[in-house]
Amino acid sequence: MKTFHLKIVTPYGPCFDGQVQSLTLRTIDGDVGIQADHLDLVTALGMGQATVITEDGPKYAACIGGLLSVTKTMVSVVATTFEWAEDIDTDRAQASYDRAQKVLGNKESSDMELKLAQARLKRALVRQSVAGNH
Amino acid sequence: MAGVSTKDIKQRIRSMESTRQITRAMEMVAASKLRKAQERVLSSRPYFEQLYATIAHIACTKADIASPYLTQRESKKTCCIVIAGDRGLAGGYNSNVFKLATRELEGQDYCVLPIGKRAVDFFRSHGTEILTQQYSEAANISIGDCFTLSKQLTKDFLAGKFDRVCIVYTNFVSVLAQSPALLPVLPLSLTVTRDDPSVETLYEPDAQTVFDAIIPEYVGGVVYGALCESVASELAARRTAMDSATKNADEMIAELNLKYNRARQGAITQEITEIVAGAEA
Repeated sequence: MKTFHLKIVTPYGPCFDGQVQSLTLRTIDGDVGIQADHLDLVTALGMGQATVITEDGPKYAACIGGLLSVTKTMVSVVATTFEWAEDIDTDRAQASYDRAQKVLGNKESSDMELKLAQARLKRALVRQSVAGNH
Repeated sequence: MAGVSTKDIKQRIRSMESTRQITRAMEMVAASKLRKAQERVLSSRPYFEQLYATIAHIACTKADIASPYLTQRESKKTCCIVIAGDRGLAGGYNSNVFKLATRELEGQDYCVLPIGKRAVDFFRSHGTEILTQQYSEAANISIGDCFTLSKQLTKDFLAGKFDRVCIVYTNFVSVLAQSPALLPVLPLSLTVTRDDPSVETLYEPDAQTVFDAIIPEYVGGVVYGALCESVASELAARRTAMDSATKNADEMIAELNLKYNRARQGAITQEITEIVAGAEA
């Protein structure tokens, strides 16, 4: 299968740089899949699972926030968080999940706190589902 | 030499030595932390460059975007993020940042968002309007905090609480040179490089939505980048300051040792003179 050059960068440093067959990830508008010779595309990323299919098989990751840009020469994912399934710290995700639940269960939490807790809950769920499935 | 007893000098030497030990330890701590901070600066750069390139690309290929982030408003109020350190003893690091901030903002209506304990203290004592003190410890701020901060800032910016956002931080030029700098963040001013317009790019769902979703991301990235640079600068400044403090202590100890030996020699000479005089009498 034809491959293309994929580059994934995060604020913590480059995550991936190499040839892949296909890439699937969650954008703000739903899942998109990219294969070689895709039309130029720019979109913002949502929260969800990213699947990268290389010649050695598929790899899964939790991908949260950022943008995807496809050009003729290269596909780049500029993500806020990008963690491969095997690198996800499930204990931390669980702790974050519990903390968020506590805030959400508390009737006296402020709007701001609720919003932050909701975002945290979503992130924890994404991490857990990616880590749990693979 | 008279008047200064050898005991006093000995004491001063001892206190000097313990000071030297502290400055030397601080220098070494700063040097080892600096290595990590430098790595952080280097690893965050590709992310940031890619983000900027994409935004610039959208802005110049889609001239019809009417984003509130791009329109220059009449500047009534400025919000300035000032990034300084949590501790002193870093040479002119903190004061250089404050000097630049006060000079640039003089005569304008502004509020500040201080990052770092020193910055909070400085602006509080000057009675400046402070947006939030949530980020008082520069060393503990994670990338997540930067995004929370940027979401709040962009929201306030859109709501019209202020018309301009800038960051005052310290640019990490090299281990020996750091320069304070002011970086305008919002409204965006992009250096436009016209690409080939024949290449049609697809925006999903549309250019406007993508653009508006990416901006808070971008601002968070800018804040994080500035923070990384500042932290590295602080450590480098501290290392240099402590290095020269250690050298000064060395010099003083050598001088005091000389004084001490002279005083000791003086005391012996005097004693001999007294004995000789006593024997003659």
